[in-house]
Amino acid sequence: MRQNSDLDLDFTDRLADIQFSRRSFLKVTGGGIIILFLLGDIPAWGQGRQPLPTDFNAFLHIAEDGRVSLYTGKIEMGQGVVTSLAQMLADELDVALDSVDMVMGDTDLCPWDMGTFGSMSTRSFGPPLRAAAAEGRLVLMEMAAAKLGKPADQLTVEGGVVYLKSDKSVKVSYAELAKGQKIARKASGKAPLKTPDQFKIMGTPVTRRDAREKVTGKAKYAADIQLPGMLYARILRPPSHASKRTSLDVSGARQIAGVEVIEDGDLVAVLHKYPDVAEKALTKIRATYDTPASDLNEKTIFDHLLKVAPQGNSVGRNGDIQKGKSEAAKTFEMTYLDGYRAHAPMEPHAAVANVEGNKARVWPSSQTPFPAKDEIARTLGIPPANVHITPPFVGGGFGGKSVNQQAVEAARLSKLCGKPVQVAWTREEEFFYDAFRPAAVVKINSGLDGEGRMLFWDYHVYWAGERGAQHFYTIPNSSTFAHGSGWGTQPGTHPFATGAWRAPGNNTNTFARESQIDIMASAAGVDPVEFRLKHLSNAKMQRVLKTAAEKFGWTPAAAPSGRGFGVACGTDAGTSVAAIAEVEVNKATGKATVKRVVCVQDMGLVINPQGATIQMEGCITMGLGYALAEDIHFMGGAVLDVNFGTYQIPRFSWLPKIETVIIDARNDAPQGGGEPAIITMGGVIANAIFDAVGARVMQMPLTADRVKEAMKKA
Amino acid sequence: MEELIKFTLNGKPVEVTADGDRMLLWVLRVDLGLTGTKYGCGESYCGACTVLVDEKATHSCMTPLKMVQGKSVVTIEGLANNGEMHPLQRAFMENDALQCGYCTPGMILHAYELLKKHPNPTEGEIVNGMEQNLCRCGAHKRIIEAIQAAAQAMKGV
Ligand code: FES
Ligand code: FES
Repeated sequence: MRQNSDLDLDFTDRLADIQFSRRSFLKVTGGGIIILFLLGDIPAWGQGRQPLPTDFNAFLHIAEDGRVSLYTGKIEMGQGVVTSLAQMLADELDVALDSVDMVMGDTDLCPWDMGTFGSMSTRSFGPPLRAAAAEGRLVLMEMAAAKLGKPADQLTVEGGVVYLKSDKSVKVSYAELAKGQKIARKASGKAPLKTPDQFKIMGTPVTRRDAREKVTGKAKYAADIQLPGMLYARILRPPSHASKRTSLDVSGARQIAGVEVIEDGDLVAVLHKYPDVAEKALTKIRATYDTPASDLNEKTIFDHLLKVAPQGNSVGRNGDIQKGKSEAAKTFEMTYLDGYRAHAPMEPHAAVANVEGNKARVWPSSQTPFPAKDEIARTLGIPPANVHITPPFVGGGFGGKSVNQQAVEAARLSKLCGKPVQVAWTREEEFFYDAFRPAAVVKINSGLDGEGRMLFWDYHVYWAGERGAQHFYTIPNSSTFAHGSGWGTQPGTHPFATGAWRAPGNNTNTFARESQIDIMASAAGVDPVEFRLKHLSNAKMQRVLKTAAEKFGWTPAAAPSGRGFGVACGTDAGTSVAAIAEVEVNKATGKATVKRVVCVQDMGLVINPQGATIQMEGCITMGLGYALAEDIHFMGGAVLDVNFGTYQIPRFSWLPKIETVIIDARNDAPQGGGEPAIITMGGVIANAIFDAVGARVMQMPLTADRVKEAMKKA
Repeated sequence: MEELIKFTLNGKPVEVTADGDRMLLWVLRVDLGLTGTKYGCGESYCGACTVLVDEKATHSCMTPLKMVQGKSVVTIEGLANNGEMHPLQRAFMENDALQCGYCTPGMILHAYELLKKHPNPTEGEIVNGMEQNLCRCGAHKRIIEAIQAAAQAMKGV
């Protein structure tokens, strides 16, 4: 994905055989200067994946015309890294932002990368990228010193031109310096980074670099790619994930002019030059299935999940739980439930594949182009080096596009029919094959001492995983256990695939923890902000909570106060976040409407404050959905939600007044920003509902029916 | 049944010989190569496929081709005037009213109709007008701001 402003995607098949030996870089890039560097996340994430570059996985190139390119396997899917990474590079190298090109995710041009998720791009990429750019600047300064015959310390750089400080007419540009060079050098990490007071581009709000293509309709997403002779495929799907096909009759489909039918074991597809004709042909296929009966549905699933849960891992422990339990003045034993959620990006999975001989060219909507390459190579039985993946624009991922099934399907079909093939899932397929955020149960037993201080905390999460499970409050006796993963699917657990959903596990964990804290604050008769502050020793968290309370105009009152104010705190991807919400509950229907959300986050150094703010707003808005409405309905492996008619995602009318604050922590390392703000939304709304009507809802989503039910009990 | 359908597309006359029951979305995207119009749901739930038919925001995924016989169709590719971006396009850019951008063409075209009806829209009118357009990235706040900014910019034009 080459993303300088007006360039359309380049579909030519150049450089297909370039392997990443160091010498070959200059073949990819042409002459100039190359700095290779290593992203922080390789050692932890790359294990067992072959073949991996071990000493670098990104590089930047200063071309002979002075343009600078960053080659990285990360991709842009709306989260704005195409902008923030370019900012870091331009600032450290001292070039104009618009002279930077981003080459992202192309498996023939970029070094191997695990994928784009986990708020890792800015966090783990930032420091090494800056160091590499600083090193590039150093190299260029030394070359300039030699060329101008002046000592390096008398020189300075501005906009890619090196000047003599005392006489600006003595100068040489990066372009002139790079001309005729063939230098490839590994970043030593020794070049000094700029300090925040020296930043010119980092920390400055910048609008998206890819906006022009997106507002004019030029931006090409996977399904927008059309190759000569390409066929559109529609694939036969079973009614349930547990179904086995017992009969098949494709004769009806074959009668439609121009339709090709392909049967290859489990894969039955119809292809046509028009997608809508392929769709029509699909309806003519007759197939029967055996589907085992199942009594699992969105109501019964929780008992099942508890039954199949493993022993679990201790995530954190201090003090003596038994002692705490025996000494507590008041104890609270609660069970929290959370249903399945779809990623539901507006762009369903799509891919175009062109397999010729033993070579494959694929354009998938994917968060993980390199793993997609390996999977396609394995499936087709060809060497990974023969698979070239170019990720086009991605229309939202949120974790869901780490799964590349559609790309494998397109590659298989292209191989079988010998033509380029597009597979673009329908919304129904997108719901069916989504790797859902898992349904989960959290059981918490906690207690207060005679003074209303938290004395013990015994926490067990089933199938939401460890992320966000560990609390950050001061509790003398505490134990946290995670039973089962919060994303991968162990067979026999969930009736369909589950996977990482924006801040995986943390939404469920934060909902449960922050509800429980609120229950205790209320029982102690203490204002919920004050109760939290009393139990917080972490200065960062104290500061975000105090800032949120100030910004909101919080005045202390024990809940339920009738005001409909709620608070919740959380940590994710190294970032601390606090949210305060105002909610209105319709007492007749139980429907909760969120009026206002104040959200404060400390994410360390912020590269693009504008981008970070937008991510927070996006998190808050998206979070309304899982908190209030989204819930997958199913019968065994049959997913009953097939479109947005039953699966409601946030709309304009749901939008509260959103106010965001990012704490100025420019001297701290940058932390994740794409996910943290979403984790507090369930807890903050549940707590605000309690404050409004005194009803504690123990299950997400917090639907009108559940609120009404809880009101009866209150 | 194949028939000859004539209509105006982005200001230019076009003729398509095709089954008139095929949905406009696919004819635009595949037969005519205008892929700015997106598929999001296929059943009139999301607004990603919105185009203007005689200036009215229309879901092309549920509009049979024959319905546009003799009409004027505008897609996102046709909104700019002689290379000059429409104020809505500029406002979406300047207000960062998009993230992944997949909902953006539909949002802009629906907002176009909204501003025709309400040149000075209140926030409530924007919310009501845009309610059927879904955005998963949560760009709603900035989309509202962009529509307000475009309304300002279009004053007296
Ligand atoms: S694709 Fe037409 S409304 Fe969703
Ligand atoms: S910007 Fe991604 S769906 Fe709206």
